[in-house]
Amino acid sequence: MARETDIAIKVENISKLFRIPHEKHTTLKAAALNVFSKKNYSEFQALKDVSFEVKKGEFFGIVGRNGCGKSTLLKIIAGIYFPSAGKVKNDGRISPFLELGVGFNPELTARENIYLNGAILGLTRKEVSQRFDQILDFAELEEFVDMKIKNFSSGMQVRLAFSVAIRAHAEILLIDEVLAVGDANFQEKCINEFAKFKREGRTILFVTHTMDLVEKFCDRALLIEKGQLYKLGKPRNIAYEYNLINALEKEKELAEENRSQESDRDSNRWGDGIARIEMMWMEDAGGHQKNIFDQDRDKKIHIKVRIRFYGEADDPIFGIMIRSSDNYDVFGTNTLWNGMETGRFRSGQEIVVEYALQNHLAKGDYLISPAIAFSDAKRYYDWRDNWYRFSIKSDNISVGFVSQENKISILES
Amino acid sequence: MKSFQSLKYYGLVRELTLTDFKLKYKASFFGYLWSLGKPLMLFGVLLVVFTSFFKVGGSIPNYPVYLLLGIVLWTYFVESTFASLASIVGKGDLIRKVYFPRIILTISASVTALITLLLNLVVVMIFMAFSKVVPSIYSPIMILLLVEFFILTSGVSLLLASLFVRFRDISHIWEVFAQAMFYATPILYPLSLVPEKVGKVLMLSPVAQIIQDSRYVLITTESGTVFNTLSFPVNLIPYSLSFIIFIIGYWTFQREASRFAEEI
Repeated sequence: MARETDIAIKVENISKLFRIPHEKHTTLKAAALNVFSKKNYSEFQALKDVSFEVKKGEFFGIVGRNGCGKSTLLKIIAGIYFPSAGKVKNDGRISPFLELGVGFNPELTARENIYLNGAILGLTRKEVSQRFDQILDFAELEEFVDMKIKNFSSGMQVRLAFSVAIRAHAEILLIDEVLAVGDANFQEKCINEFAKFKREGRTILFVTHTMDLVEKFCDRALLIEKGQLYKLGKPRNIAYEYNLINALEKEKELAEENRSQESDRDSNRWGDGIARIEMMWMEDAGGHQKNIFDQDRDKKIHIKVRIRFYGEADDPIFGIMIRSSDNYDVFGTNTLWNGMETGRFRSGQEIVVEYALQNHLAKGDYLISPAIAFSDAKRYYDWRDNWYRFSIKSDNISVGFVSQENKISILES
Repeated sequence: MKSFQSLKYYGLVRELTLTDFKLKYKASFFGYLWSLGKPLMLFGVLLVVFTSFFKVGGSIPNYPVYLLLGIVLWTYFVESTFASLASIVGKGDLIRKVYFPRIILTISASVTALITLLLNLVVVMIFMAFSKVVPSIYSPIMILLLVEFFILTSGVSLLLASLFVRFRDISHIWEVFAQAMFYATPILYPLSLVPEKVGKVLMLSPVAQIIQDSRYVLITTESGTVFNTLSFPVNLIPYSLSFIIFIIGYWTFQREASRFAEEI
């Protein structure tokens, strides 16, 4: 247990309950009419019993999916929201760095805005004057100092805002997703600035989606899921957990989407209906049903299609087409091209056709169109276009549709 | 605790006030002259109406300056409360993203209006000099009256600003209320023009008290004040009301302030 004096921020059992009015009663009449009806709002538990400590000089990451409550947490630490329960103690001046350029006034010039924004960040006029040249220099905006902000490009505004914000002499910095803006060159500068903060031993709370940055800078990180503290620990482990949660969630979404597809949405379906594709699913080599496959670990993909016959069919052709999410054909196969005779099927018969493929697909989202054609390959019993969705994930960079094991050598000529 | 920290935010009050002031007159050709021009024009209209048509000012020495002072003070009260009313809601973006004591926004709106008042008072003094008005020996009391006026106006502003976050009707209600109050305050007419009983009720308003006291110390001792219309201890009511209203406004504001970020 660290000594009290080493703690920069102590968050104790924070909960936050938002009341969301069903109908926004912003008029006196509505409020008067609703005195007697008890509950005209629903509650949303944004945070539930979150506790943790941030040590002085620590670079502390807060990660989580959209809507998990991480921004609410940061707002409570900054003092913008009041917690419904629990408390936050902090030792040191907190910079309210939540979002860049807050309070910028488009009608004022860059010079005037620097003073205004500086004051919002807690600097005195004298302190801003001392830092004025550094701010302009860092933002690379010396020539535009007397231009109105409304004539700035959004990139210029962000640069100016960032430059002012990092000059605020706070001991504790709260940073919420600021690197999503600016060109590559400026992002690089920002990252260098963070590295400098870290060397200076400032305490930084950093909210982000970018796991690379978490792993690169943070000493520790916190993962929030559904308003609760999910895990606290080393950045590498947190990044792993975060990716895992994301994958699980995506799997759930895909499964949901594919299930809802089964209830006939027939707009992209054609054929005479003598044979019908009832259902399809995917499995890995171990027979586990799933919709997200790993590029390296899942060497094989099994696609299974259940078909029911409503009349007699002679030697039908079963096939699939895999397309990329931007609708390019990636791979197709069928029984005809594979030289198979499928035989005769009678009414009421049910079969499952299995397609087993080597997984050579690159990272990305794909769609499958299963089909059954007449033996002459000119008419269809059933074609369900872009019916089923699945994804390939990978930790490596992969470009294009195909993933190939490859080796690059440099030979002396 | 939080309110003591506000002292550290003096710089922010100044920047916000400066910005308000700059923006208010930014794109207009006459700039600050407008805030001077508006009360002066209103003054001109009322002067014609009340001296040529209704002839109410006859009994008052230096009626034009008397009227001007009343209008300038009243304008301050109205502009300050209306600017403060929207001071929280209008800065929603700031409130949702940065922490600082919320009271600063309302106070800096009040200070902006106060600066305009002080500039306008200079004009009043020039008029006084032209009209050869000799202020009484009590004229330094004017400073105390301005302090009281600022406290009263800030109290009303804080109350309105915090209620406006939740009830947007407040702006309409206040508009009507201010209009009614304009006529219920002896700004245009001398107090002697209304029946004595009515006059006693009217003088319970701190705004009426401040305007009449100001006229008394600066322009003419024939202005009916709280002291020559009401008896002790009733005559303490308007003075105490200023402070009571401030306390109510401040208390309401601080109670609501922690939820502004969520409710805007």
